[in-house]
Amino acid sequence: MKKFLLSLCLMFAVLPALAADTFKGPDALVREVSDDVLTIVRKDKAIQSGDTRRVIDLVEEKVLPHFNFRRMTMLAVGKDWRQASPEQQGKLVEAFRTLLVRTYSNALTQYRDQTIGYKPAKFGEADTSVRVQTEVRQAGAQPVNIDYTLEKTPEGWKVFDVVVAGVSLVTNYRGTFAQEIRAGGVDGLIRSLEQKNRDLAAPAHS
Amino acid sequence: MQKTTSPKIVKALAVVSACFALAGCTARVANPDDPLESYNRAMFTFNEKVDKAAIEPVAKAYDKVTPLPLRTGVGNFFGNVGDVWIGGNNLLQGKFSDGLSDLLRFAINSTVGILGFFDVASELDLAKHDEDFGQTLGWWGVGEGAYFVVPFFGPRTVRDAAVLPIDLYGDDVWGIRDVPTRNSLTALRLVHARANLLGIDKTLDEGTLDKYAYARDFYLQQRRYRVFDGNPPLEEIDFNGARRQQDDADVVAETGAQ
Repeated sequence: MKKFLLSLCLMFAVLPALAADTFKGPDALVREVSDDVLTIVRKDKAIQSGDTRRVIDLVEEKVLPHFNFRRMTMLAVGKDWRQASPEQQGKLVEAFRTLLVRTYSNALTQYRDQTIGYKPAKFGEADTSVRVQTEVRQAGAQPVNIDYTLEKTPEGWKVFDVVVAGVSLVTNYRGTFAQEIRAGGVDGLIRSLEQKNRDLAAPAHS
Repeated sequence: MQKTTSPKIVKALAVVSACFALAGCTARVANPDDPLESYNRAMFTFNEKVDKAAIEPVAKAYDKVTPLPLRTGVGNFFGNVGDVWIGGNNLLQGKFSDGLSDLLRFAINSTVGILGFFDVASELDLAKHDEDFGQTLGWWGVGEGAYFVVPFFGPRTVRDAAVLPIDLYGDDVWGIRDVPTRNSLTALRLVHARANLLGIDKTLDEGTLDKYAYARDFYLQQRRYRVFDGNPPLEEIDFNGARRQQDDADVVAETGAQ
């Protein structure tokens, strides 16, 4: 589980805004965004001491442009996605996005002295979906593998899955989401997600 | 039949049965991996209470006062102690070069690394591995059994819970004869391990709708990944996890048109 923590800390660390050249290769993208974000976190005392607003701003600016939240939500919901109306789908994407951004931005405030190693990515020109493998190293512990799955879109490569130590942080939601949908339908899941987000927003989180 | 049940046990039972009652209120469709769900939920809640009351506060204090180099040293020390057991399990799985490398790690770190406080072996490209007896059984084809939350120890499968005593004995400082030394080291090890998890707990609280279920699903997937050394069957074995993506692509294909 220690691996999990390190990984979470860095989940969003791996993608800054390189909007200028959208067709940078997926591995280069992951690398530059990670380095960019970690450089900022290392210098920013407010983020290190847990300033939620500040870290969310950083993530919104540098990282989010490189994520495809619609596809992520689709993966997390799984086959029940088909039952959802376009309006429900929109709400699901929005609520899931808010949840992930808040949670994992907070995790970034736990960043300490980990470094990231990049494994050479194997992919061909024609590939539209590529997995970029990284390794988070910390002194005195086994490295943690974090893999990013990216797809090619007209706006450049977008991350739609993050796999930590062999477990997809996205599809791991499927069990819980299916449970919510069985209990209260798609609207039930939307309500639960929105409620969760309200609960998190209410108190001033450290 | 004499009534000698100690008050502590009665209390624990009361807590457990109260949790059972709570868990029973929400009807759930059985998860095939988790036939013992109502027991597991109760025990998960119990473990969390124990943690909040006794373990987490100490881990937080430890986290505050321990400077990073010391903490790294402590992590290295316990890592080194564990390498012998890891090496043994690699040998039992027929992975001889990994096993010998683990034993070599132990030899180097125990001497040059000053009782294991410095991980010199990793600098020499002898990578640290991750093995235990449960993984060895899995390697030889013993099924994992149902998900099972062990009191105080947390998530396991039935197979891994059954060999937990063996793993504790092998991968631990319990071999030390001197009781006070052994107990202090065991306590330090526990606190150190818990301190490393401080952030995760918050992330799980904030990021999930059902902490128990998310933790279970994560544990089971990760465990399978480790038993098969990163190559579990059926999933994620081919190029960039193409099989998994295939499933995902189906979802997209089916839903993308809407």
